[in-house]
Amino acid sequence: MFERRKAEGKPALVAYLTAGDPTPSATAGLVAALERGGADLIELGVPFSDPIADGPVIQRGADRALKAGMTLAGVLQVAAEVRKTSQIPIVLFSYLNPMLRYGFSKLAKDAKAAGIDGVLMTDASVEEAEAYVDAMRAEGLDTVFLAAPTSTERRLELVAKYSSGFVYLVSRTGVTGEQESLSDSIGPLVESMRKYTKLPLAVGFGISKHEQFQKVGSVADGVVVGSALVRVVEQHGASPDLEKELESFTRRLVHGGS
Amino acid sequence: MMNLPDARGHFGPYGGRFVPEVLMAPLEQLEAAYAEARVDPAFQAELADLLENYAGRPTPLYYAKRLSESLGGAKIYLKREDLLHTGAHKINNCIGQALLAIRMGKKRIIAETGAGQHGVATASVCALFGMDCTVYMGEEDMRRQKLNVFRMRMLGAKVVGVTNGSRTLKDAISEAMRDWVTNVSTTHYLLGSALGAHPYPMMVRDFHHCIGKEAREQILAKEGRLPDALIACVGGGSNAIGLFHAFLNDPGVRMIGAEAGGRSTKLGEHASRFDGGVPGVLQGTYSYLLQDGDGQIALTHSVSAGLDYASVGPEHAYLHDQKRAEYTAVTDAVALEAAVCLSRTEGIIPALESSHGVAEAIKRAPAAKGEIFIVNLSGRGDKDTDIYRENLKELDAQ
Repeated sequence: MFERRKAEGKPALVAYLTAGDPTPSATAGLVAALERGGADLIELGVPFSDPIADGPVIQRGADRALKAGMTLAGVLQVAAEVRKTSQIPIVLFSYLNPMLRYGFSKLAKDAKAAGIDGVLMTDASVEEAEAYVDAMRAEGLDTVFLAAPTSTERRLELVAKYSSGFVYLVSRTGVTGEQESLSDSIGPLVESMRKYTKLPLAVGFGISKHEQFQKVGSVADGVVVGSALVRVVEQHGASPDLEKELESFTRRLVHGGS
Repeated sequence: MMNLPDARGHFGPYGGRFVPEVLMAPLEQLEAAYAEARVDPAFQAELADLLENYAGRPTPLYYAKRLSESLGGAKIYLKREDLLHTGAHKINNCIGQALLAIRMGKKRIIAETGAGQHGVATASVCALFGMDCTVYMGEEDMRRQKLNVFRMRMLGAKVVGVTNGSRTLKDAISEAMRDWVTNVSTTHYLLGSALGAHPYPMMVRDFHHCIGKEAREQILAKEGRLPDALIACVGGGSNAIGLFHAFLNDPGVRMIGAEAGGRSTKLGEHASRFDGGVPGVLQGTYSYLLQDGDGQIALTHSVSAGLDYASVGPEHAYLHDQKRAEYTAVTDAVALEAAVCLSRTEGIIPALESSHGVAEAIKRAPAAKGEIFIVNLSGRGDKDTDIYRENLKELDAQ
C-alpha cells in the first residue's frame, strides 16, 4: 500500500479513529467514510481509561467510547464488520493494559480472525515487548513500534529490529493533538531512522491540515492524522451527516481545497 | 531481596519501564545520573547535610506508652516522620531528587500530589533551590486538601487542577506524565511515590531508606533487640518501603502494609490492591492493579487522598508474592477511630494516611503481649483538619 502511493508520488494517509466513538455501532461506517475520503490505512484505537500519551481531543474520544460501552472485544467485532466489505489495512492501536488483560495469544488469534493486519502499543517500549511481539508474529500480525525525537541511535536500532509493517515516527515530544506549525525534528528523525530500516516510515502527532500533510509527505512514506479526525467526530457526533463530514474532511486533507 | 531491582528495573515479574518511546531515553539518562550520584561522596554529603539541617533528621523513635498500655499488649513505637519539615516523610525523596535534577541541569520541576504532602515538599525544595515548580493535583483532592493547596501557592508553586477521571492521584500522575512527555528536555518529573517506571521505584525507595535504617539503630539502642513487626500505610508505598527495606534481611521482623479499605470491598469503593487487584500496567509499572474485566482502570475511594490510588509500588507486589510482607485493608471508619485514639492517648494528631497504619497496630497489639511494633507515623494531621471535622461531627458539637 505504501509502495503503491509511492509510485504515484504521494504519501499514504494513516487515519486514526477511536473505536466506539461516539458509539460502537457507528465505527464501521466511519471507517468506510475515511476510506472513501482517501485514507490508506486505519489505526483503530482501543479506548483506555488513562491514556497518558494522548492530548485532550483523543482523551475525550476515549471517554465517549468507554461510556458507550466499548471494549477490546468490541473493537475486534468492529474490525470484522469492516472486513466484510473492505480490504483496507487495519492496525489495532492500544495501550498495554487492555491487551494484557485480554491475553496476548488470545488477542493475536482473535485479531487475526477479525481481519486485523497489525498492532501498535503506545506505552510499552521494545525492551518490555518480547512476549507481545512473539505472540503477534505467531499469528502473522505486524508489530508497529514508535520512534521519537528523543530516541538515541541505539534505541532507533532496537525499534527497527522489533518493527514490522511500518515504523511510526513521533514528530515531536508531547502528547497527541493538532499543532499550528510542524516540528523541525521530522526531517532529521526520518533520516536517522532510514539508516536502520527499509520499512515504510509514517510520521504522526500534530498533523491536521492539507499543507502539513503535503509537507510531511514529502519526507515520509505515510502521514498519520488522529486528533483532527476525532475532533470531526466530536463536532458532528450527533448529526446524521457525521459520515459525510468525516469523508469530506479526509478528502480535503489529502487533496486540499475547502 | 536487598539487591532488587535487576538491571531493567524488575522486582521479580513486577516493575519495569512501560512508557511511550519519547520517555525511554530520558529515563535511561535519569537512571545513569542517579547511578553516578548514588556513589558520589559529594552528592551523598550534600544530601545528608540537608536531611539533617533542613528536613530535621534523624526523626525520633518514640515509645507510645499510654497507647500501648491502654491496649494491654505489644509495645508500640512510632517512627516520627510527622516531625519532619513540611509534615511528612515525603521531604526525604524531594531533597534527593531535587539535587539530582540540579546535577542533570534541569531547571523546571513537575510533580503530582494526592494529599498534597508531596506537593508541599516539592514546592519547598523548589523554593529552596530557586527552581520553577508545577504541581498537578486532582480537583477532588484540591477540595479535600485546601490547606496544602494554599501552602504550595505560598511557596511559589503553580498548582494545576486536574479534572479527568476520578480527579484524584491517578489523574494527577497522568497529567504530570503528559507535561513531562512535552517538556522533557528542560523538566525533571519529581515523582513522589515508589511507583512509575524504572528507576523511580528504586530511587524513591533509596531516598527513604533512612527511615528504616534509623529505626533499626534506634530500636536496638532502646530495646537491645529487633522489633517483631513493622507497620506502615501503603498508597504507592514510599513510606512503607522506606521503613521495610532496612529490615529485609532480618527474617524475624514481620512487615505489614495497611491499604485503604475505604467504604466497602466493592470495586470502586476502596483502594486495596492486594485484595481485589490483578497484576497489570498503569503509569509506567507492572504491579497489582484495580481494574475491570476489560483492563480499564477502576475508580478508587479512600477518605485519605494519599492512599486513594489504583496501583501500588512494584516492590510491594514482589514482597507480597514472596510472602515477605503482608498487606491488609483498613476501612475509612476504623482509620478515623484510630486517629482519635492516638490524639487522645499520646497528644499526636496523625495524618489520615498514617492513621491506617496506627489502626492496624491498635488491632493487633492486644494479642501480641511481649512483642514490639514499629509504626511509621508518616505524616502529621494538620492538613486533614477539615476532613476530620467533616467526619467527626460529634466532636465539633461538644
